[in-house]
Amino acid sequence: MQLDAKIPAGPLQDKWTKHRFDMKLVNPANKRKYDVIIVGTGLAGASAAATMGELGYNVKVFTFHDSARRAHSIAAQGGINAAKNYQGDGDSIFRLFYDTVKGGDFRSREANVYRLAELSLNIIDQAVAQGVPFAREYGGLLANRSFGGAQVSRTFYARGQTGQQLLLGAYQALKRQVAAGTVELHTRHEMLDVVLVDGEARGIVTRDLVSGKVESHAAHAVVLATGGYSNVFFLSTNAKGCNVTATWRAARRGAGFANPCYTQIHPTSIPASGEYQSKLTLMSESLRNDGRIWVPKKAGDGRVAADIPEDERDYYLERFYPSFGNLSPRDISSRRAKEMVDAGHGVGPLRNGVFLDFKHAIDRLGSPVISERYGNLFEMYEKITGEDPYKTPMRIYPAPHYTMGGLWVDYNLMSNVPGMFVLGEANFSDHGANRLGASALMQGLADGYFVAPATISNYLAGVERKPVSRDHAAFADVEREVSERTQRLLDVDGTRTVDEFHIELGRIMWEKCGMERNEAGLKEALKEIPELRARFWKEVRVPGSGETFNQSLEKAGRVADFLEFAEVMCHDALARDESCGAHYRSEHTTEEGEAKRDDENFSHVAVWEYKGEGEAPVLHREPLAFENVKLSTRSYK
Amino acid sequence: MNFTLHVWRQDGPEVPGGFETYEARDISEHMSFLEMLDLVNEGLTHDGHEPVAFEHDCREGICGSCGMMINGVPHGPKGMVATCQLHMRSFRDGDEIWIEPWRATAFPVLRDLAVDRGALDRIIDAGGYISVRTGSPQDANALLIRKEDADLAMDAAQCIGCGACVAACPNASAMLFTAAKVSHLGLLPQGQPERYTRVLDMVTQHDREGFGNCTNHGACQEACPKGISVDFIARLNRDLVVSTWKTAGD
Ligand SMILES: Cc1cc2nc3c(=O)[nH]c(=O)nc-3n(C[C@H](O)[C@H](O)[C@H](O)COP(=O)(O)OP(=O)(O)OC[C@H]3O[C@@H](n4cnc5c(N)ncnc54)[C@H](O)[C@@H]3O)c2cc1C
Ligand code: FES
Repeated sequence: MQLDAKIPAGPLQDKWTKHRFDMKLVNPANKRKYDVIIVGTGLAGASAAATMGELGYNVKVFTFHDSARRAHSIAAQGGINAAKNYQGDGDSIFRLFYDTVKGGDFRSREANVYRLAELSLNIIDQAVAQGVPFAREYGGLLANRSFGGAQVSRTFYARGQTGQQLLLGAYQALKRQVAAGTVELHTRHEMLDVVLVDGEARGIVTRDLVSGKVESHAAHAVVLATGGYSNVFFLSTNAKGCNVTATWRAARRGAGFANPCYTQIHPTSIPASGEYQSKLTLMSESLRNDGRIWVPKKAGDGRVAADIPEDERDYYLERFYPSFGNLSPRDISSRRAKEMVDAGHGVGPLRNGVFLDFKHAIDRLGSPVISERYGNLFEMYEKITGEDPYKTPMRIYPAPHYTMGGLWVDYNLMSNVPGMFVLGEANFSDHGANRLGASALMQGLADGYFVAPATISNYLAGVERKPVSRDHAAFADVEREVSERTQRLLDVDGTRTVDEFHIELGRIMWEKCGMERNEAGLKEALKEIPELRARFWKEVRVPGSGETFNQSLEKAGRVADFLEFAEVMCHDALARDESCGAHYRSEHTTEEGEAKRDDENFSHVAVWEYKGEGEAPVLHREPLAFENVKLSTRSYK
Repeated sequence: MNFTLHVWRQDGPEVPGGFETYEARDISEHMSFLEMLDLVNEGLTHDGHEPVAFEHDCREGICGSCGMMINGVPHGPKGMVATCQLHMRSFRDGDEIWIEPWRATAFPVLRDLAVDRGALDRIIDAGGYISVRTGSPQDANALLIRKEDADLAMDAAQCIGCGACVAACPNASAMLFTAAKVSHLGLLPQGQPERYTRVLDMVTQHDREGFGNCTNHGACQEACPKGISVDFIARLNRDLVVSTWKTAGD
């Protein structure tokens, strides 16, 4: 596997500008001779499709959702970062770059992160021009808030619905191109494989989720913007439909999967209320701006919050990390919460949470200000739990939330398979071993609006202009494989439901490859997962047929892929014999219980090559070089 | 808690459907309505039947995927929630619950409780955007927007596109959906250049899709999980009048 990151030469600050100038352009009249397939209509996919359509390419977009607007990006709450320095509090591109590299625990590429910080400025301009109704101050200027892992206020937001508003902006831009005829949008189409012709990505095979029809689509380039894989844990904050199928199928065809073990556990989700729980609901991290996290000092204290006096409360984040306090990064906050609960300080009926308390903020600022900032989050909390956060503290607990790992891409966002580009959460690129809050929306939109349109054009300029035909044997072969696999799922006709297997897989992953990992647990998981997968293919029951709208079948295909992918995740977690960011190996901790990196041996991107079913994947390494930041131990004290 | 469910089952758009009765046993009051249906579906699968098809994704009231008539009310009895945010504590033990898909000519049933809401997307295609190219805009703070205007625009922009307004309306009108987008964009300075063509194009498409007329029942506002106000429909109507007058003058 060839891993050339293709990072442009020259000073960090000039790399992207110079690269943009050096890249080839496609003559306007020739653009419409190129077909580009984009899978996914989240922030990354929708923004890329809208922009590629505007440029004049023939774009075909696919989503398994019934509408492009329903992609999981819609659910992002808290906000989007940009180094605008509108608050004049000392922010700059370099500071956002530095915070992101440090937040990622020095496991990301400097050049990519710097570009991301640069482009953050353009994203806000773009979104405002589209009519995204960001929060404003009374003077009419844009408002900002701060987010975990930063000491400046650089987060732009639209109440607690920032993802919704940014996605609607991108969706509307996409719809404008659909109306203009440059983009052909296929909803309710699930991509089930990619097609390679002579080693280059030249198409995909989809299943129409209404009619069941399996079909090929050909193009000069294939873009995957298919989101993250947190649902490998079954319970996560991700929408139920999020899955790994697109990227895993690409990996099976030769695309390297980078850092799969980097999965982020978000500190502030609502704790599960019972066995039947189908997903976890995130409470935006922005709440940590004004909420204080605490647990009763006494283990097993069953009193309600109001009955616990101040001096019997442990504001543990403020105690451990006086300078960042409740705004400490996600991985640290999550681990500390788990520690508190494990030590018996948990609160709530199942003793599975910690308090997030707004009393001090309400006393200081008044309920109207708090309601203005977090009203809809408070309402959401009350709807779910039946408790009123204006009166009693919220209960929160960590939950799987975001996956920093993804398909390996070079600086141009192209995977090691020529012609296959990967954007948004689906790639591994910018967040290292841990993502800072409000940076995923930024990355998805930077990739889609600004990076990919330029780099894909550059790629296409070197590709022959003749149409790609679906008549090539590769298409028929992949179509047949897809149909056969679908039939195999239906034919098992066992006794257990798809969800039962998914829940079981989730339990293995949460316990052995979750917030904390160790060698023994990972080795057990590597035994248990193949066993579970074998049982799945013997015992699963998928009712109905392949020729109809069949949600059990959709789920079955996705869970079958999770059952393969989970193994690579564990291999990666095992091979990375250090702790870094969200990857916390209990064998490698500092005296204070923080992640302890081993820069000498692990300052690299781990890229896994698929070798066939039942075969161990092979590890390749892309070394990381740091020239502009000094590697240091992250400290938020 | 225990419930008797009467659920609409229909194999496809072309075939007739009907109610089937299922028992939902040992349900916790903390379960969401969809988790209750998950449980019923697990049971159906075990018994060798096909589970009830229904759409859902975020399960937190923002993606707009879920939606069903529950005892004749879109998204059920609680108000200001999407079906996924409805919890069983809103019902009484032993209740009979009737569950149906959205009913509207413009929303053909695909299967059971899942309908095709593509018509709403096509209303957006007709003009629900601001025409701006990627990479061309000025600095975001070069444009001052009164907080009141931004807030009101946001009130309208919150629409999740679930279609409850259509299901609630005796005329199956999608005017609240259309008005929400027309108002969101029309309230902002960026939306002014296309304001009057946008409203006309979107309303024309709305009618073409087979949605009914708005006759000011207000049932849509009641059903909207985001509480979007019918005042936005009045705003749309004002813009429509100006628009007709402007195009007449052309
Ligand atoms: C609850 C929550 C809150 C969040 N809040 C924030 C926040 O405040 N700030 C922030 O920066 N980030 C936040 N994030 C993270 C952020 O929302 C996501 O990382 C980001 O939106 C991902 O965007 P995307 O475009 O990469 O993918 P997605 O939005 O997940 O879109 C994936 C798309 O791919 C399609 N797709 C996938 N597989 C297939 C297939 N096989 N065939 C066809 N189509 C397919 C889907 O239909 C969908 O259209 C949050 C995440 C969650 C879970
Ligand atoms: S499932 Fe997303 S709104 Fe209900």
